[in-house]
Amino acid sequence: MITKMNHVSIFVLNQDSAYDFYVNKLGFKVHTDAPMGPGARWLTVCPPEQPDLEISLMAIEEGMMFKNGTAKHMRDLVKQGTFGFGVFECKNLLATYEELKARGVEFTKAPTKEFYAFEALFKDDSGNWFSLGERN
Amino acid sequence: MIRKPPTLDPYPKIYLYRRLVQAKLFIDDHYAEAIDIDNMADEATFSKFHFIRLFKTTYGKSPHQYLTSVRIENAKQLLQTDITVTETCERVGFNSITSFIGLFKRFTGLTPSAYQQQQHDRHAALIQNPLHFIPNCFAEKKGWTPPHPKP
Repeated sequence: MITKMNHVSIFVLNQDSAYDFYVNKLGFKVHTDAPMGPGARWLTVCPPEQPDLEISLMAIEEGMMFKNGTAKHMRDLVKQGTFGFGVFECKNLLATYEELKARGVEFTKAPTKEFYAFEALFKDDSGNWFSLGERN
Repeated sequence: MIRKPPTLDPYPKIYLYRRLVQAKLFIDDHYAEAIDIDNMADEATFSKFHFIRLFKTTYGKSPHQYLTSVRIENAKQLLQTDITVTETCERVGFNSITSFIGLFKRFTGLTPSAYQQQQHDRHAALIQNPLHFIPNCFAEKKGWTPPHPKP
């Protein structure tokens, strides 16, 4: 029986810029930051209250993972906002929304009461979008 | 003439939170200085009592508890370098080394020097054997390890 998820990937255009976004703007903690040779880096971050979920900020670069020009295609898709990689949770959406906005996070939807949740939408520095919901 | 009522903002609390967030950001930016509850409440333009109550309701801890947690988090960052415990204590805004060590232990379960040693050991292991920290499926996809045999 599967019990939990401990790693998940988000594809980003630039790991330095993603580090700044996820750590300095969203307030995530760096879990592992390992140089893996020239131009390669393994970088994972965790939401502050979820230290056992490592989010790998995976650079989209031509290589083993993206071959034959697929990196460019993937980068274009990410930039266009094709991918929504998840739903984050906070205790107070209005306060978190104001704080993240003040830190420079771009929201594409202000806090709105929907049928299923009180939620807002924001984009990361690459173009990936996320829902941010309030947990009651 | 019938005057229309002013348009009601669906979330008037937003203005309240905007001020509260201003105080939280003030703590985040000035944790290393000798700030107190009066500075924080002034930043939010709330009365002290109202500020403490609203802060605690919103963040689950008092402004002072939050300030302490920010200082400890920043101390954890500094202790990943070669800075001494005494200098760390001063640089994150604690006046007393004794209270710093006690609070640090309460938050992390380790003394600052034990935490620093633990982080140095982890960093050395990471540099020496980074693949021990990366799930093999990712390492393989990235070309950092040889492919596994097919079943």
